Amino acid sequence: MGRLFLFVPVAIFIGLAGLLYRGLSLDPTQLPSALIDRELPEFNLRKLGTQDYIVRDNILGRVSLLNVWGTWCPTCVAEHPYLMKLAAEGVPIIGLNYKDEDTKALGWLVRLGDPYSVNITDPNGDFGLDLGVYGAPETYVIDAQGVIRYRHVGEVNQRTWSGELGQAYRELIE
Amino acid sequence: MRLHLTVIVLLISMPVLAVIETYEFSRPELEVRYHRLVDELRCPKCQNQTIADSNAPISEDLRRRLYQELEAGLTDEEIVDGMVARYGEFVRYNPASDGVTRWLWLAPWIFLGIGGAIWVAVTLSRSATKETVSEHASDIAELLKDQSE
Repeated sequence: MGRLFLFVPVAIFIGLAGLLYRGLSLDPTQLPSALIDRELPEFNLRKLGTQDYIVRDNILGRVSLLNVWGTWCPTCVAEHPYLMKLAAEGVPIIGLNYKDEDTKALGWLVRLGDPYSVNITDPNGDFGLDLGVYGAPETYVIDAQGVIRYRHVGEVNQRTWSGELGQAYRELIE
Repeated sequence: MRLHLTVIVLLISMPVLAVIETYEFSRPELEVRYHRLVDELRCPKCQNQTIADSNAPISEDLRRRLYQELEAGLTDEEIVDGMVARYGEFVRYNPASDGVTRWLWLAPWIFLGIGGAIWVAVTLSRSATKETVSEHASDIAELLKDQSE
């Protein structure tokens, strides 16, 4: 019995090493989304470049992506070509122009192309706050009933689209 | 001596609060609650700052929302629950004790218990060894006594 106690430090070491090894592959900046499987919050936001307002019901009815972007965001430039590609493949993308100015945003869409089926503006970040946005770009998969099914923080590209993000979308349209 | 002074000064220096905007509260108690809550809510973008410490745009938004909700008459609990609904438990520096976070609260006590159990076990086995040694010691002393006689 006393002999068994000799193995306690080894057991503690193995346990700690296992925990720390797991920690190596964790990204502390990735927050779990609190809004998964919850309704997209209500909003009443101006459509980019117009004086028309869009509410939540206007964008429901089909599975779509909600992409949070801004001209000030470097990663948004990086993911833009891939969004163009997705739009060309028929993926509906709703743009949320987050903390940006209309003139800059419209200029960007003319210059780089417009992958969005509609763009809504959130100049103060109020709707972003309701969504739990903490940095652009973020992309949400929203089902036809307006329930948030998946949230991706960071760039949308070939890798993330063949991974969980694209998976969540493909499962819904089947 | 100068090194000592430097170290002391570094240790007692306070973090600089970099928050610029000020809010006018309709009632003074709202301001008290505001200052308590900005110290309890964590900036989602930064890893280890409260929204009072952080100058990130998201913290600015959270402070504005907090101000609006306080003025709208929400209770502290409603406000914090609302923030948790958007950003998860991460946003609290004083997490609730339920679900997964219960382990966060229990873990120190569990480890203390394990440590205490080991300590007790080791102490008991040590005193047991000592007793055997002293028994042997008296035997040996007797033997030696017999021999010398």
